[in-house]
Amino acid sequence: MSDITVPPLGEFIVTPTPVAGVMKDVKSYKASPDHQRALGFPDTLVDNWQEVAVKRLGELLDTQRGLRVYLDSCVKCGACTDKCHFFLGTGDANNMPVARQDLLRNVYRRYFTWPGKLFPKLVGATDLTPEVLDSWYTYFHQCSECRRCSVFCPYGIDTAEISMAAREIMDSIGLGQKYCNEIIGKVHKIGNNLGLPEPALRDTLEGLEEDVKDQTGVDVRFPVDVVGAEVLLITPSADFFAEPHIDGLIGYAKVFHQAGISWTLSSHASEAGNFGMFIGSHEQMRKVAMRIREAAIDLRVKRIVVGECGHAWRVAYSFWSTLIGPLDFLDPRYPQPQHICEVTEDLIARGALKLDASANDDKVVTFHDSCNVARASRMGDRPGGQFTVPRSVIQSVCQHFVDMDPNTIGDKTFCCGGGGGLLTDDLLDLRVKGAMPRMQALNAVVKEHKVTHMAAICAICKSQFSKVLPYYGMNREMVISVHQLVGDAIVLGAKD
Amino acid sequence: MSAWTIGYAVLLYVALVVLIGGLSYRVALYTMTPAPLRIPTMPAPRTRAGVAVRMAGELGLFTSLFRGDKWAWIWSYLFHVSLLLVLVQHLRYVLNPVPLWVRFESPFGSYAAFVLVLSLLGLFGRRLAVARVRFVSGPSDYLMLVLLLAIGITGAMMRFQSRVNIIGLKAFLLGLMYLRWQPLPAEPLILVHVALVAALMLVFPFSKLLHAPGLLFSPTRNQADRSRIERNGASIETPTEVATSAGQEHPL
Repeated sequence: MSDITVPPLGEFIVTPTPVAGVMKDVKSYKASPDHQRALGFPDTLVDNWQEVAVKRLGELLDTQRGLRVYLDSCVKCGACTDKCHFFLGTGDANNMPVARQDLLRNVYRRYFTWPGKLFPKLVGATDLTPEVLDSWYTYFHQCSECRRCSVFCPYGIDTAEISMAAREIMDSIGLGQKYCNEIIGKVHKIGNNLGLPEPALRDTLEGLEEDVKDQTGVDVRFPVDVVGAEVLLITPSADFFAEPHIDGLIGYAKVFHQAGISWTLSSHASEAGNFGMFIGSHEQMRKVAMRIREAAIDLRVKRIVVGECGHAWRVAYSFWSTLIGPLDFLDPRYPQPQHICEVTEDLIARGALKLDASANDDKVVTFHDSCNVARASRMGDRPGGQFTVPRSVIQSVCQHFVDMDPNTIGDKTFCCGGGGGLLTDDLLDLRVKGAMPRMQALNAVVKEHKVTHMAAICAICKSQFSKVLPYYGMNREMVISVHQLVGDAIVLGAKD
Repeated sequence: MSAWTIGYAVLLYVALVVLIGGLSYRVALYTMTPAPLRIPTMPAPRTRAGVAVRMAGELGLFTSLFRGDKWAWIWSYLFHVSLLLVLVQHLRYVLNPVPLWVRFESPFGSYAAFVLVLSLLGLFGRRLAVARVRFVSGPSDYLMLVLLLAIGITGAMMRFQSRVNIIGLKAFLLGLMYLRWQPLPAEPLILVHVALVAALMLVFPFSKLLHAPGLLFSPTRNQADRSRIERNGASIETPTEVATSAGQEHPL
């Protein structure tokens, strides 16, 4: 913890004066030839990489309207410049969203526009030099693709789309990132991000059944590969072993148990996360997601429910029907897929769960809106349900709830600092600094309202906060799963 | 026909062709480029009508910018509104007879020139004063403001300071439109103002002024939240056959 300078937490967030390059040496490890090969990318940087990169950029421009429009439209108004948690936490000018976009935009202008070809200096167009490529690798891996900047952009320019395109270009020339590409390889080979093989998964779940039996005296099951189950639960593999994620998984199991819904996990599709999105590869994203379609068909389930995972819910809600759809073999009476919070809220509303909210009386809880859930998905029937549904669930099982500063929740929520394929120790410095805005807002409600816990619905948020909370002098156990609160409040065996 | 008349006639024809052709090409590119995945910034409207309301807010009130940066909003909103008023006022130079509503708008459009210049100075000052905005500003960003300022100032001078042969200028413009060329009054202010406007028309389709059509085509703003209702599958290669064959085997 010693060599990381932790930003101080003040009464409010102070926007730093931009200094270019202060974070230039914070780089994530590059993918090895093995990681690259497993995804069908070139092993190492190809000889004619400039040519290949420009060609790939051209292909992306021709196939992604957003990218083309966003590279053309920016007027440098600066509305985004103080919105990124990584800029606020690091002060590196290249972490201002528009400056990050410009790393790619300047190359686009040089190779694809007349002014950039004729008067490069005038419009800031740059050749794709080794230095520029180096800055791409650094700063497009200092973006968590959280889309906060796009909320405030007058044209809706989405830096996530630009970071994704840049990463896809880099993969195509043999310059991948180890963290993401290694994980995607594990999903292709084994079925989950952790590389947890089926026997280990079964062992873990049997262990959980015993734990819950010991604690509650009730046989709550954690089924795997049960053909004909009603629900296929797709959840991040961190839920199988990491703290505090695992208590969320116990919560889901208790909900299904108490509601009498037959459910199953799949050993083939034992991962909700989809890092194909992080690296901007539609092909990888589809291949990862396809396992879920296959599992749902093989297990002949009627519904797919997604556990607490931010970007997974974005992919599931917004992209599945395009990538692996149509999902018309599932029960049309339910939204497909459905978020676990929607399922739980509905069951609570129908009185199908007996709850004792006093079980959480020792806690004062706040809620962290995960970026991908907040700005890239929905829950329930109404716009904004992604904010109200989880809060409604929490407030049903917990009597003391406080929201953080309104400028840091809802669609203005700050990323945890670890999303978008950055949850790796090689980027710990960045992660600690990028967490500052959320830590600041949390610290404020801790002081003012004696908040003891911050509930989250994302595996990455939970891991990231567990790691960085101590840097800000707070207890790592403050972060909990929403479904841990639910699980603790469910009165098992009781039926009204 | 003087050399000025011929030169400016050609310049304006070329500028108009470049502006319309360039913008049409850009818009055609945006239209033909697929948007394979749904990426609206949520919460997003669930219906087309809702999207129309959202877009109307962005176009008419700059709602996102308002949430993002109040000073940028004030200056740019003043600029765009005054520009619109000035442009409407300019209709009197290309329409004969001048419609009543244009006559009525004329004084507003004339005095809007002062707001136009003021707001451009505000945008310029902000670009210099805010370190973050200064960092992301390039030469072309300042030049664009200088160009617009020069257009605004020369225009205001013609309207309020030194009388120019506006009747002659209108005759010239109408002559261009109806292909019956009339002489251009070769007064310095007119020559400078018209040349600068032509320059603006020429750079429009190649510059950041593309933000105007860009907003209409921005998927984060113009897509509805309809993933649960309809499949957005038209533009991405669909994998259904792969999944079906896997499903038929039922290995478990």
